[in-house]
Amino acid sequence: MKIRVLVSLKPGVLDPQGRAVHHALEGLGFKGVDDVRIGRTVELDVADDTSDTALTEMCEKLLANTVIENYTIEKLD
Amino acid sequence: MAFSSAVITFPGSNCDRDMAVALEQVAGSAPLCIWHGDAELPQGLDLIALPGGFSYGDYLRSGAMAANSPIMREVVRAADRGVPVLGVCNGFQVLTEARLLPGALMRNASQHFICRTVSLKVENADSLFTKGYDAGQEIRIPVAHHDGNYFADEETLDRLEGEGRVAFRYLKNCNGSRRDIAGVLNKAGNVLGMMPHPERAVDAAHGGTGGLALFEGAIKALATA
Repeated sequence: MKIRVLVSLKPGVLDPQGRAVHHALEGLGFKGVDDVRIGRTVELDVADDTSDTALTEMCEKLLANTVIENYTIEKLD
Repeated sequence: MAFSSAVITFPGSNCDRDMAVALEQVAGSAPLCIWHGDAELPQGLDLIALPGGFSYGDYLRSGAMAANSPIMREVVRAADRGVPVLGVCNGFQVLTEARLLPGALMRNASQHFICRTVSLKVENADSLFTKGYDAGQEIRIPVAHHDGNYFADEETLDRLEGEGRVAFRYLKNCNGSRRDIAGVLNKAGNVLGMMPHPERAVDAAHGGTGGLALFEGAIKALATA
Protein backbone atom coordinates (compact mmCIF):
# COMPACT_ATOMS: atom_id res chain seq x y z
CA MET A 1 0.00 0.00 0.00
CA LYS A 2 1.41 3.35 -1.00
CA ILE A 3 0.93 6.19 1.44
CA ARG A 4 1.68 9.84 1.00
CA VAL A 5 2.10 11.93 4.14
CA LEU A 6 2.00 15.67 3.63
CA VAL A 7 3.62 17.63 6.44
CA SER A 8 2.97 21.37 6.55
CA LEU A 9 3.67 24.15 9.01
CA LYS A 10 0.74 25.05 11.22
CA PRO A 11 -1.07 28.29 10.43
CA GLY A 12 0.50 31.08 12.44
CA VAL A 13 3.97 29.53 12.43
CA LEU A 14 6.24 31.85 10.50
CA ASP A 15 7.82 30.09 7.53
CA PRO A 16 11.11 31.83 6.73
CA GLN A 17 11.75 29.55 3.75
CA GLY A 18 8.32 30.22 2.34
CA ARG A 19 8.88 33.94 2.77
CA ALA A 20 12.21 33.79 0.94
CA VAL A 21 10.63 31.84 -1.93
CA HIS A 22 7.78 34.34 -2.01
CA HIS A 23 10.30 37.15 -2.43
CA ALA A 24 12.07 35.21 -5.16
CA LEU A 25 8.84 34.65 -7.08
CA GLU A 26 8.11 38.36 -6.90
CA GLY A 27 11.66 39.03 -8.05
CA LEU A 28 10.97 36.86 -11.10
CA GLY A 29 8.04 39.09 -11.91
CA PHE A 30 5.15 36.81 -10.88
CA LYS A 31 2.27 38.94 -9.70
CA GLY A 32 -0.53 38.12 -7.32
CA VAL A 33 1.26 35.58 -5.13
CA ASP A 34 -0.21 36.24 -1.69
CA ASP A 35 1.66 33.68 0.38
CA VAL A 36 4.06 30.75 0.09
CA ARG A 37 4.29 27.93 2.61
CA ILE A 38 6.78 25.09 2.27
CA GLY A 39 6.06 21.59 3.49
CA ARG A 40 7.38 18.11 3.00
CA THR A 41 5.99 14.93 1.49
CA VAL A 42 6.96 11.52 2.79
CA GLU A 43 6.05 8.54 0.62
CA LEU A 44 5.73 5.22 2.37
CA ASP A 45 5.30 1.75 0.97
CA VAL A 46 3.71 -0.27 3.77
CA ALA A 47 2.09 -3.67 4.25
CA ASP A 48 -1.54 -3.69 3.12
CA ASP A 49 -2.76 -4.55 6.61
CA THR A 50 -1.07 -1.52 8.20
CA SER A 51 -3.67 0.10 10.42
CA ASP A 52 -4.70 3.73 10.35
CA THR A 53 -3.67 3.88 13.99
CA ALA A 54 -0.14 2.79 13.10
CA LEU A 55 0.06 5.38 10.32
CA THR A 56 -1.11 8.10 12.70
CA GLU A 57 1.46 7.00 15.25
CA MET A 58 4.23 7.17 12.64
CA CYS A 59 3.26 10.78 11.96
CA GLU A 60 2.90 11.75 15.61
CA LYS A 61 6.11 10.10 16.77
CA LEU A 62 8.48 10.92 13.93
CA LEU A 63 7.30 12.19 10.56
CA ALA A 64 5.82 15.44 11.87
CA ASN A 65 6.74 17.62 14.82
CA THR A 66 3.26 18.43 16.06
CA VAL A 67 4.52 21.46 17.96
CA ILE A 68 4.91 23.27 14.65
CA GLU A 69 3.51 20.98 11.95
CA ASN A 70 0.24 19.47 10.78
CA TYR A 71 0.06 16.35 8.66
CA THR A 72 -2.37 14.59 6.36
CA ILE A 73 -2.27 10.92 5.41
CA GLU A 74 -3.30 9.95 1.90
CA LYS A 75 -3.69 6.38 0.64
CA LEU A 76 -2.62 6.26 -2.98
CA ASP A 77 -3.94 2.83 -4.01
CA MET B 1 33.79 10.29 44.68
CA ALA B 2 34.84 11.82 41.39
CA PHE B 3 32.27 13.81 39.44
CA SER B 4 30.67 11.47 36.95
CA SER B 5 29.35 12.86 33.68
CA ALA B 6 28.61 11.52 30.22
CA VAL B 7 28.68 13.06 26.76
CA ILE B 8 26.44 11.36 24.22
CA THR B 9 27.79 11.15 20.69
CA PHE B 10 25.44 10.69 17.74
CA PRO B 11 26.57 10.14 14.16
CA GLY B 12 27.23 13.72 13.06
CA SER B 13 27.86 15.22 16.50
CA ASN B 14 30.87 17.51 16.23
CA CYS B 15 31.07 19.36 19.55
CA ASP B 16 31.26 16.23 21.70
CA ARG B 17 34.98 16.62 22.25
CA ASP B 18 34.69 20.33 23.10
CA MET B 19 32.00 19.44 25.63
CA ALA B 20 34.16 16.68 27.12
CA VAL B 21 37.16 19.00 27.41
CA ALA B 22 35.08 21.69 29.14
CA LEU B 23 33.59 19.19 31.59
CA GLU B 24 36.98 17.72 32.41
CA GLN B 25 38.55 21.16 32.81
CA VAL B 26 35.95 22.20 35.37
CA ALA B 27 35.14 18.88 37.07
CA GLY B 28 38.65 17.48 37.11
CA SER B 29 37.46 14.11 35.83
CA ALA B 30 36.91 13.11 32.23
CA PRO B 31 33.32 12.36 31.19
CA LEU B 32 32.32 9.02 29.79
CA CYS B 33 31.80 9.14 26.06
CA ILE B 34 28.65 7.25 25.15
CA TRP B 35 27.72 6.16 21.63
CA HIS B 36 24.13 6.71 20.50
CA GLY B 37 23.59 3.01 19.81
CA ASP B 38 24.29 2.03 23.40
CA ALA B 39 21.08 0.95 25.01
CA GLU B 40 22.12 1.67 28.56
CA LEU B 41 23.52 4.56 30.54
CA PRO B 42 25.90 3.90 33.42
CA GLN B 43 24.31 4.21 36.85
CA GLY B 44 25.07 7.14 39.13
CA LEU B 45 25.72 9.82 36.53
CA ASP B 46 25.83 13.35 37.93
CA LEU B 47 25.28 15.01 34.56
CA ILE B 48 24.48 14.08 30.96
CA ALA B 49 25.47 16.37 28.09
CA LEU B 50 24.06 16.30 24.56
CA PRO B 51 26.57 18.10 22.35
CA GLY B 52 26.24 20.27 19.27
CA GLY B 53 26.63 19.12 15.71
CA PHE B 54 24.45 17.75 12.96
CA SER B 55 23.22 14.41 14.25
CA TYR B 56 22.09 12.18 11.39
CA GLY B 57 22.83 15.02 8.98
CA ASP B 58 19.77 16.89 10.27
CA TYR B 59 17.65 14.43 8.27
CA LEU B 60 13.89 15.02 8.52
CA ARG B 61 14.30 17.78 11.14
CA SER B 62 17.28 18.81 13.27
CA GLY B 63 17.45 16.43 16.20
CA ALA B 64 14.50 14.28 15.10
CA MET B 65 16.43 11.11 14.37
CA ALA B 66 18.68 11.38 17.41
CA ALA B 67 15.64 11.91 19.64
CA ASN B 68 14.48 8.43 18.67
CA SER B 69 17.80 6.64 19.10
CA PRO B 70 18.06 3.94 21.78
CA ILE B 71 20.21 5.99 24.13
CA MET B 72 17.69 8.84 24.17
CA ARG B 73 15.08 6.60 25.74
CA GLU B 74 17.57 6.16 28.57
CA VAL B 75 18.31 9.88 28.72
CA VAL B 76 14.58 10.63 28.98
CA ARG B 77 14.26 8.12 31.82
CA ALA B 78 17.28 9.61 33.59
CA ALA B 79 15.93 13.15 33.17
CA ASP B 80 12.60 12.04 34.60
CA ARG B 81 14.47 10.72 37.63
CA GLY B 82 16.07 14.15 38.06
CA VAL B 83 19.50 13.56 36.52
CA PRO B 84 20.73 16.92 35.16
CA VAL B 85 20.80 17.06 31.35
CA LEU B 86 22.45 19.84 29.34
CA GLY B 87 21.72 20.09 25.62
CA VAL B 88 23.68 22.58 23.56
CA CYS B 89 22.76 23.58 20.01
CA ASN B 90 21.91 20.27 18.31
CA GLY B 91 21.55 18.90 21.83
CA PHE B 92 18.82 21.50 22.46
CA GLN B 93 17.12 20.44 19.21
CA VAL B 94 17.28 16.80 20.33
CA LEU B 95 15.76 17.71 23.72
CA THR B 96 12.79 19.46 22.10
CA GLU B 97 12.28 16.59 19.64
CA ALA B 98 12.40 14.16 22.56
CA ARG B 99 9.78 16.36 24.28
CA LEU B 100 11.95 16.89 27.31
CA LEU B 101 11.67 20.60 26.57
CA PRO B 102 8.72 22.45 25.03
CA GLY B 103 8.82 24.20 21.68
CA ALA B 104 10.83 23.61 18.54
CA LEU B 105 13.91 25.03 16.82
CA MET B 106 13.13 26.23 13.31
CA ARG B 107 15.29 27.52 10.47
CA ASN B 108 16.85 30.90 11.32
CA ALA B 109 14.61 33.74 10.18
CA SER B 110 17.45 35.06 8.01
CA GLN B 111 17.82 31.63 6.35
CA HIS B 112 21.56 31.96 6.99
CA PHE B 113 23.83 29.85 9.14
CA ILE B 114 25.09 32.19 11.84
CA CYS B 115 28.43 31.75 13.54
CA ARG B 116 29.51 34.51 15.87
CA THR B 117 29.79 35.47 19.52
CA VAL B 118 26.57 36.95 20.85
CA SER B 119 25.53 38.70 24.05
CA LEU B 120 23.06 36.95 26.31
CA LYS B 121 21.16 38.05 29.36
CA VAL B 122 20.90 35.57 32.21
CA GLU B 123 17.18 35.55 32.99
CA ASN B 124 17.11 32.93 35.70
CA ALA B 125 20.13 32.62 37.97
CA ASP B 126 18.51 30.18 40.39
CA SER B 127 18.60 26.98 38.38
CA LEU B 128 21.29 24.34 38.66
CA PHE B 129 22.83 25.35 35.35
CA THR B 130 22.62 29.11 35.83
CA LYS B 131 23.43 29.59 39.52
CA GLY B 132 27.03 30.46 38.65
CA TYR B 133 25.72 33.70 37.15
CA ASP B 134 23.93 36.72 38.59
CA ALA B 135 20.36 37.42 37.49
CA GLY B 136 20.42 39.97 34.69
CA GLN B 137 24.12 39.41 34.05
CA GLU B 138 25.25 39.89 30.47
CA ILE B 139 27.55 37.24 29.07
CA ARG B 140 29.21 36.60 25.71
CA ILE B 141 28.99 33.10 24.21
CA PRO B 142 29.35 31.92 20.59
CA VAL B 143 26.46 30.63 18.52
CA ALA B 144 26.86 28.45 15.43
CA HIS B 145 23.60 27.21 14.00
CA HIS B 146 21.18 27.15 11.09
CA ASP B 147 18.12 26.06 13.05
CA GLY B 148 18.06 28.12 16.23
CA ASN B 149 14.81 29.99 15.77
CA TYR B 150 12.94 29.04 18.95
CA PHE B 151 9.21 28.61 18.49
CA ALA B 152 6.47 27.83 20.94
CA ASP B 153 2.85 28.98 20.98
CA GLU B 154 1.95 32.06 23.00
CA GLU B 155 0.40 30.06 25.83
CA THR B 156 3.56 27.98 26.22
CA LEU B 157 5.76 31.08 26.09
CA ASP B 158 3.67 32.76 28.78
CA ARG B 159 3.94 29.66 30.92
CA LEU B 160 7.72 29.44 30.44
CA GLU B 161 8.15 33.05 31.45
CA GLY B 162 5.73 32.75 34.35
CA GLU B 163 7.58 29.74 35.71
CA GLY B 164 11.02 31.32 35.30
CA ARG B 165 12.00 28.74 32.72
CA VAL B 166 13.64 31.13 30.27
CA ALA B 167 17.29 30.69 31.24
CA PHE B 168 18.93 32.97 28.68
CA ARG B 169 17.78 35.59 26.21
CA TYR B 170 19.62 37.15 23.27
CA LEU B 171 20.29 40.83 23.86
CA LYS B 172 19.98 41.23 20.10
CA ASN B 173 17.84 38.58 18.46
CA CYS B 174 20.05 36.82 15.92
CA ASN B 175 17.77 34.06 14.59
CA GLY B 176 14.12 35.07 14.95
CA SER B 177 13.51 33.26 18.25
CA ARG B 178 10.22 34.06 19.90
CA ARG B 179 10.75 36.52 22.75
CA ASP B 180 14.53 36.42 22.14
CA ILE B 181 14.76 33.05 23.89
CA ALA B 182 18.21 31.43 23.75
CA GLY B 183 17.81 28.75 26.42
CA VAL B 184 14.96 27.10 28.32
CA LEU B 185 14.61 24.86 31.36
CA ASN B 186 12.20 22.01 31.98
CA LYS B 187 9.64 22.36 34.77
CA ALA B 188 11.78 20.56 37.33
CA GLY B 189 14.81 22.66 36.39
CA ASN B 190 17.17 19.73 35.79
CA VAL B 191 17.13 19.95 31.98
CA LEU B 192 18.57 22.95 30.13
CA GLY B 193 18.61 23.39 26.37
CA MET B 194 20.41 26.34 24.79
CA MET B 195 21.56 27.27 21.30
CA PRO B 196 24.76 29.18 22.31
CA HIS B 197 27.83 27.07 23.04
CA PRO B 198 29.06 27.57 26.62
CA GLU B 199 31.71 24.86 26.07
CA ARG B 200 33.33 27.12 23.48
CA ALA B 201 33.85 29.90 26.03
CA VAL B 202 35.59 28.33 29.03
CA ASP B 203 39.18 29.42 28.46
CA ALA B 204 40.75 32.82 27.78
CA ALA B 205 42.29 31.26 24.68
CA HIS B 206 38.77 30.73 23.32
CA GLY B 207 38.37 34.49 23.20
CA GLY B 208 36.13 34.62 26.25
CA THR B 209 35.03 32.72 29.32
CA GLY B 210 31.30 33.52 29.33
CA GLY B 211 30.38 29.84 29.49
CA LEU B 212 32.64 28.93 32.39
CA ALA B 213 30.21 29.88 35.17
CA LEU B 214 27.59 27.52 33.75
CA PHE B 215 29.85 24.50 34.23
CA GLU B 216 31.37 25.78 37.48
CA GLY B 217 28.02 26.59 39.05
CA ALA B 218 26.42 23.27 38.14
CA ILE B 219 29.40 21.06 38.91
CA LYS B 220 30.10 22.76 42.24
CA ALA B 221 26.46 22.40 43.27
CA LEU B 222 26.33 18.73 42.21
CA ALA B 223 29.67 17.88 43.81
CA THR B 224 28.57 19.23 47.18
CA ALA B 225 25.02 17.83 46.99
